[in-house]
Amino acid sequence: MLIFEQSRKGRVNPSQSPQSRPEMADIPASFHRVTRAILPETSEMQTVRHYTRLSQKNFSIDTHFYPLGSCTMKYNPRASNTLSMLPGLLARHPLAPDSMGQGFMACMYDLQEILKDVTGMKSVSLTPAAGAQGEFAGMAMIRAYHEAKKDDDRTEVLIPDAAHGTNPATAVMCGYKVREIPTDSQGDVDLEALKEVVGPQTAGLMLTNPSTLGVFERQIEEIARIVHEAGGLLYYDGANLNAILGKVRPGDMGFDVIHMNLHKTFSTPHGGGGPGAGPVGVNECLEPFLPVPMVACNGDEYSWVTKKEKPQTIGRLSAFMGNAGVLLRAYIYARLLGREGMTRVAEYSTLNANYMMVLCKQQGFDLAYPDRRATHEFIVTLKRQAKDLGVNTMDFAKRLLDYGFHAPTTYFPLLVAECLLIEPTETEDKDTLDAFIDALARIKVESEENAGYVKGAPYTLPVRRLDDVRAARELDLVWKEKA
Amino acid sequence: MPFIPHTEEEVKQMLDTIGAGSIDELFDEIPSSLRHDKLAGVPVQTTEMEVSRIISERAARDGQPLCFLGAGAYEHHIPAAVWELTTRGEFYTAYTPYQAEASQGTLQLLYEYQTMMANLNGLDVSNASLYDGASALAEAILMAVRLNRKSKSRRVYMPRTVHPNYRKTVETIVHNQGITLELLDYDRTTGCISPDTLPAAPGDFAALVIPQPNFFGALEDVDALTDWAHVHKGLAIAVVNPVSLAILKPPGEWGGEGADIACGEGQPLGIPLSSGGPYYGLLCCKQAYVRQMPGRIIGRTVDLEGKPGFTLTLQAREQHIRRSRATSNICTNQGLMITASTIHMSLLGAEGLERVALNCHANTRKLIERLSSLDGVEVVFENPFFHEVVIRLAAPLGEVMRALHVQNLLPGYELADDYPELENCLLVCATETRTDEDIETYVGHLQRILGKHEPVKCPIKPKWQVKN
Repeated sequence: MLIFEQSRKGRVNPSQSPQSRPEMADIPASFHRVTRAILPETSEMQTVRHYTRLSQKNFSIDTHFYPLGSCTMKYNPRASNTLSMLPGLLARHPLAPDSMGQGFMACMYDLQEILKDVTGMKSVSLTPAAGAQGEFAGMAMIRAYHEAKKDDDRTEVLIPDAAHGTNPATAVMCGYKVREIPTDSQGDVDLEALKEVVGPQTAGLMLTNPSTLGVFERQIEEIARIVHEAGGLLYYDGANLNAILGKVRPGDMGFDVIHMNLHKTFSTPHGGGGPGAGPVGVNECLEPFLPVPMVACNGDEYSWVTKKEKPQTIGRLSAFMGNAGVLLRAYIYARLLGREGMTRVAEYSTLNANYMMVLCKQQGFDLAYPDRRATHEFIVTLKRQAKDLGVNTMDFAKRLLDYGFHAPTTYFPLLVAECLLIEPTETEDKDTLDAFIDALARIKVESEENAGYVKGAPYTLPVRRLDDVRAARELDLVWKEKA
Repeated sequence: MPFIPHTEEEVKQMLDTIGAGSIDELFDEIPSSLRHDKLAGVPVQTTEMEVSRIISERAARDGQPLCFLGAGAYEHHIPAAVWELTTRGEFYTAYTPYQAEASQGTLQLLYEYQTMMANLNGLDVSNASLYDGASALAEAILMAVRLNRKSKSRRVYMPRTVHPNYRKTVETIVHNQGITLELLDYDRTTGCISPDTLPAAPGDFAALVIPQPNFFGALEDVDALTDWAHVHKGLAIAVVNPVSLAILKPPGEWGGEGADIACGEGQPLGIPLSSGGPYYGLLCCKQAYVRQMPGRIIGRTVDLEGKPGFTLTLQAREQHIRRSRATSNICTNQGLMITASTIHMSLLGAEGLERVALNCHANTRKLIERLSSLDGVEVVFENPFFHEVVIRLAAPLGEVMRALHVQNLLPGYELADDYPELENCLLVCATETRTDEDIETYVGHLQRILGKHEPVKCPIKPKWQVKN
């Protein structure tokens, strides 16, 4: 039942809003709202009960294992939430003067320094509000760099076909044409194909490493050389940074600009689809173009860096400084881990993924790249099951929900047919991984014995499979009172 | 090991299963020349107790000043239940609702949010939010340009009365796509765009941006502006404060046909100030334009037993399907912020939200009546306003501001950086959270500080305050 269907005319929560209704005679009537907006009229208890019940219809990390490839669904420490919600931090106005923000700015400055070190970049701006905005900032900097050099013929961005959809979408937002590069049979970039398309029209290459195929791009140094020799720059999509945290740094691989997804690698909550934070890091050549604001430290005093101090900046990306509360959570997480903990992130997420990959193989599943090490994630392809049994990846995914596991990422990357991209993260224990593999194996048996049953899943959730076609065809986006 | 549950015994078993001698061996595909594990710039591990102490000390250092500062972010009362519920693990740690059956809680909540936000704006549809108000305006402009199939003009009229940081953000986001922003100056008496001064023959353009209330708190003649845009075949993009919509005419009712797209900052609806984010951007539009809307949209449908349920819909617009041809590169919304806002709106209802808006307005009226009664303080614009007002001080503003900061008070937003013509001018605001006593505290301090100053020579009624 919707909250609106629990409304009764005239029901109010008098303690939640001011007691008086002052007049507004000074505002001419032509500006007034005439008909009231339809909002719920429910008691505090009804509201609390309604949204508590809704919350119980969700899977979440706090309640379920979430091996969602490329999304890094690891445990979100509660300390990060509690401490970032301290009253002094919540009440701070974004336009308060530097003198009333030294505590907060110290945290932001420290975070910039930590991110610089773990990525091997020269300078970091925290302001992008999400990974996609970080990507946008990164590509806009590449464009600003070429423009500053009057190198105006660079109109193309190279992107491997395994990339996230945000990469090509971002390149287009920055006014570039996209050229796809194929992947070879072992999951590495096809170097010959790259050499053919790279040239004076190349603005840059966007790469995720480890790639979305769950393998490390072994020829990265060669790729960097090819792109740099052609005058292009190298962009690092930080989606899979968790796999190499404290082991390898994008800066050392030759990347000129990177974005990080703090909601993945630095364990800030996904919140049902955001907010995230997508800080960008750059080497010397792009430093002048970083988005503002940033935090500077002079002695023991912190100040904001704006366009005044950074005249070549690509500019602002939001009204204020970005998703401060997310950045605070990431900072607290980084302090809890420390430098030893950072390295362990890569180690144990990789251990968990390789362990699961071997178990999958033992259970008779096909791996997309059986000859490669897994990074922090790996791909199972259910092509055989789809062909032989008529049970596809979506069916497996939905049936897993019945077993109490969130499904892995399905049908991504697009290169591998019927794929499950599985990322366990470092925070899951061995028993949970075993139980998940056990469920996968059982679904395989179910598929062999009664494919129709698996295709009907899920059975135990608040709803069965939903009619997506109808949702798009008969758009119902806003509830309306029945006449 | 923090947040890693493995025992030594388990690590050994797992490595045996893999057939590897050590964890390090799992990294053998990475060229050894690239390995780096020193991280000298990262502090050593600290316990929760130690981190608590560091953060608590820093949080306390920033004080909790008495706030008369708005300028796009407003201090409102947030009912206790809002964040108690929002930080439940089932909301807080859920992923994007791609697996609809396992995400009905978040999806239904987002559908309820879309309903509330569309209703507040008087428009047909709302998306499930964007990053913040400024980036929402940028997306609204990109959307308007896509919708302008006839003339294909990439020109957009942008009043100077739109938040300066919104204008800067828009510039960053749209300038690589060949979109030009034509600034419209405001009338120096009213602080608003005067519809009479708009070009009679503007030629082809994609949209006119209309802020209500505008950055100065002044109420624009939204009906005339909307009609002007439509007469000249452009779209009208509203930029609104959602709290004001409880009492002000919603964008869907502006002029003869209503604004086409509305966007704005969602922060005033249940989101704490928290140094500027995370907030969220609201975006609503007329039904006809929904397929050019960026960001997530939730639809109600049925499951295979006919039971109602909710799912992400119109995904063919989005980057994970359409890649380089997507409406935007946006991947996330601000889900958790929407959770808070939806609960906030449910608890307040229309009546509660009206009371909040009316009290904000009444308090600001009180504040400026009291402030302008002081010698050396005047109200700059003669125009109806909502909840925020520009005042001019007959004293160097920087010094006065610093003196008020020392009193742990945020007096408002200094305008001269972005509006050189508004020297010594301050944008002030008093929300429903300010009491009469708070206002008297401000007035008392300002009176004392101004009293120490010889009035500067600039005339109290500047010459340019003649209607031009």
